[in-house]
Amino acid sequence: MPDLRVNGHDYPLDAEVGRSLADVLRDDLGLTGTKVACGEGHCGACTVQLDGVAVLSCITLVHTVGAREVTTIEGLRDHPLVHAFVRTDALQCGFCTPGQIVSAAALVEAVPEPTREEIRHGMAGNLCRCGAYPNIEEAIATWRD
Amino acid sequence: MARLIRTEKEVEGRYEEVWTVVEEDALGQWPAGPLEVVGRPAQRQDGLQRARGEARYTADVQLPGMLHTAVLRSPYAGARVGSLDLALALGLPGVHAGLSFQDVDFLEAEVGFPGAAVAAIAADTIEQAQAAVEAIVVEWEPGTPLLDPDEAVARGELVSDAKRYERGNLEQALAGADAVVEAEYRTQSVLHSSMETHQAVCAWEGETLVVHISTQYIWGVRDEVAEKLGLRPDDVRVVCEFMGGGFGSKNGAGDYTLIAAELARRAGRPVRCALSRREENLDAGNRNGTIQRLRVGARSDGTIVGLGGEFVNAVGWDGWVASTDGPMQMLYAVDNVSTTLHGAKLNSAPMAAFRAPGFVEGTFGLECVLDELAARLGIDPLELRRANHADMDVLDGRPFSSKSLMECYRRAEPHWERRDEVRARSDETWKHGIGLASQIWYGGGGPPSYAWVRVGSDASVTVVTAMQDIGTGSRTAMAQIAAEELGIPLAQVRVELGDSARGPFASISAGSSTIPSMGPAVRSAAGDAAKQIIELAAQRWQKEERTLSLKAGQIVCSDGGSWPLESLLGLLEDAQILGTGARGPNPAGMRVLTFGVQIAEVAVDVETGEVRVGKIVAIHDVGRIINPLNARSQVEGGIVQAIGHTLSEHRLLDPQTGMVLTQTLDAYKLPTIADVPEIVCEFVDEPDSHLTNLGSKGLGEPPIIPTSAAIANAIRDATGADVRSLPIDRAEMLRALDAAKRKERVAAPAA
Repeated sequence: MPDLRVNGHDYPLDAEVGRSLADVLRDDLGLTGTKVACGEGHCGACTVQLDGVAVLSCITLVHTVGAREVTTIEGLRDHPLVHAFVRTDALQCGFCTPGQIVSAAALVEAVPEPTREEIRHGMAGNLCRCGAYPNIEEAIATWRD
Repeated sequence: MARLIRTEKEVEGRYEEVWTVVEEDALGQWPAGPLEVVGRPAQRQDGLQRARGEARYTADVQLPGMLHTAVLRSPYAGARVGSLDLALALGLPGVHAGLSFQDVDFLEAEVGFPGAAVAAIAADTIEQAQAAVEAIVVEWEPGTPLLDPDEAVARGELVSDAKRYERGNLEQALAGADAVVEAEYRTQSVLHSSMETHQAVCAWEGETLVVHISTQYIWGVRDEVAEKLGLRPDDVRVVCEFMGGGFGSKNGAGDYTLIAAELARRAGRPVRCALSRREENLDAGNRNGTIQRLRVGARSDGTIVGLGGEFVNAVGWDGWVASTDGPMQMLYAVDNVSTTLHGAKLNSAPMAAFRAPGFVEGTFGLECVLDELAARLGIDPLELRRANHADMDVLDGRPFSSKSLMECYRRAEPHWERRDEVRARSDETWKHGIGLASQIWYGGGGPPSYAWVRVGSDASVTVVTAMQDIGTGSRTAMAQIAAEELGIPLAQVRVELGDSARGPFASISAGSSTIPSMGPAVRSAAGDAAKQIIELAAQRWQKEERTLSLKAGQIVCSDGGSWPLESLLGLLEDAQILGTGARGPNPAGMRVLTFGVQIAEVAVDVETGEVRVGKIVAIHDVGRIINPLNARSQVEGGIVQAIGHTLSEHRLLDPQTGMVLTQTLDAYKLPTIADVPEIVCEFVDEPDSHLTNLGSKGLGEPPIIPTSAAIANAIRDATGADVRSLPIDRAEMLRALDAAKRKERVAAPAA
């Protein structure tokens, strides 16, 4: 049985072919920090990282992950971005927030001091219906403060 | 002492006379301005839980043996189910239970809109449930859908009788006016699009039905489920600690909850019924579209002499008629007003309250037509609004409990004065302009609402109330209020909420009412606990109670003595101090309303019709601000949603079949982070001296109300084009630019 490597742990991958990474994370591994808001790759709530690259786990088939390391919000709980989001009030209902933070973590890993334009470009795939965007931008712009 | 009174109750602008029990509120208001904790920015107490993905939403509830539900929904906008047979579906693998309109009262064979539920199946997995729904044998008898609101009115297809309002004599006033503007405005239907879709998990524990639900109103769900399923209210326990957005669409139980409860009863297992995103866009409510035929007349000095409106709300198959006519009746001191409001019954999904229902739409029409008038008269739009300011409630002459709209206008001046500078940025392609609009709305809250405060021997304080925090930060605001009253640091207070079995009744989180309804109850409970602490302190240190107060974690005596709170409470051991509190009555004979003004700066590409919003300045008067950090977020969020409503969002229906064409989040255009302008947010922040022990009104809705009119007025300022229909997408913008050009040619035929 192949393994699924998530947040530094190896889990035996025992899932039917055709299941999404999001469903396996949430339903089988109990990692419910990853949210599913549309289930068809349009909103970004389900964002996780594969080897540091942000991907939409709701439209990623779990058997295509292979040996790549999956990082979910549970693996980023102590990331400075988490505190930056709380400090700047970059969340309201919070349902999109784990996805926002996982996306932002991939962004600042690639570009540690993103410009406002880079933030807006990099985060445009993560919808927030509460409209916390001004503070999301602020949180990412000041993530190391 | 509790009193039984007859009082006016307001939710989302709907008033009804009710008997209600109120308790007198003995506490006077705190002084204005930032206090020790209240009025100062505080991070959300549950912020880390939410940000780390540790908060458990209904979507995350996993119960042992839980089944999943798929729902058979109408593929037609109007149809009758000729026959329906579940037998085949019930025999499929993994299926445990099914139901249809044939065996429950809350589903019907007559379906009036696309996506209406007629049957449901519970199975081990969602895929099995979906396969079983596919196997339901059903015969549809489709009808011809009625989709045109004007046609519905003409045919008398209304959800309720037309609402007419008159004061003075409009026709006479318009006949004597120096200028009259007449225009038709339209607003589209938009979708709430909460990130967590509507859903419930229902489980029977003996005779008790436990409902985990993403809701704005725990107690409303309890009562509705009990009534529809024939249970006693306390046999229904409703749990919602975290929920992923509602914006008015989650005020009720919804058929999905009843389906889950009934399937759980039949299967003897917990059942989840969750809408998919596509189901959400079909059948989770919407802000109804409107048609507004408006007239305004004024004297040359800017005095508005008459306002008239014929309004049609495209309500849908079911729902209520939101007050699109409200702003016209209430915002300005105009003697002659006549409005008619129709609610068209159509073969489209029922509307649901959506953040200031009616007033968002009505303010767009009113505040735009006023700017058309200002242009006609050559009067400054801000001056026009000042000239027609209402000093008392124009509906019945009541005084306002407080009103600082003039102060909002005053604070708007420095921003408004930038308009020459903004216009000067225009070039051949990009035209820049600035516009404003005023805001009026309810937001006073009301009784009943209750809270308990528990103080332990370690001086930790727990506020207990069965309210919900829908993401507005109400949990944190309640903690701040209790901390202030008890004179302790915020970190010492926690708030337990979200469970009807574990706390007293709390009001709905809708109608901008959570802080004005719940806040005073929490303060009253904390005040009761503080009183008991002082009684004990007086005995411990042989002081008179009136000389003692609580401050900075100390019991302070006016003679100069002070003792740490812990030194008294440590004596309690297992004893606890239990404070109870209730929301007092609203001020009798007064109108409690919220006010504000917003200014928009826009740029319009006159070649492509692209509109960019550069800046929104929002100045609102909602009484005392409890938490400036969360309050600013409410304003920003309201404005972001308003920008979507103004420029990009549109629930599109196929004009022949009535099917929803925008079922996905790539077809339905929500604003993204890249669409957000600079937002400047100010509050008057003066406590309403007549309203409760806090002087705070609600803030959830005010910021979404004036934005679309301010943007449209800025577009007129930039281009001379009258945009009268939302959304102002490129097609609408180009159409309006074209109309403006033609108008110019007619006005100047010699050229």
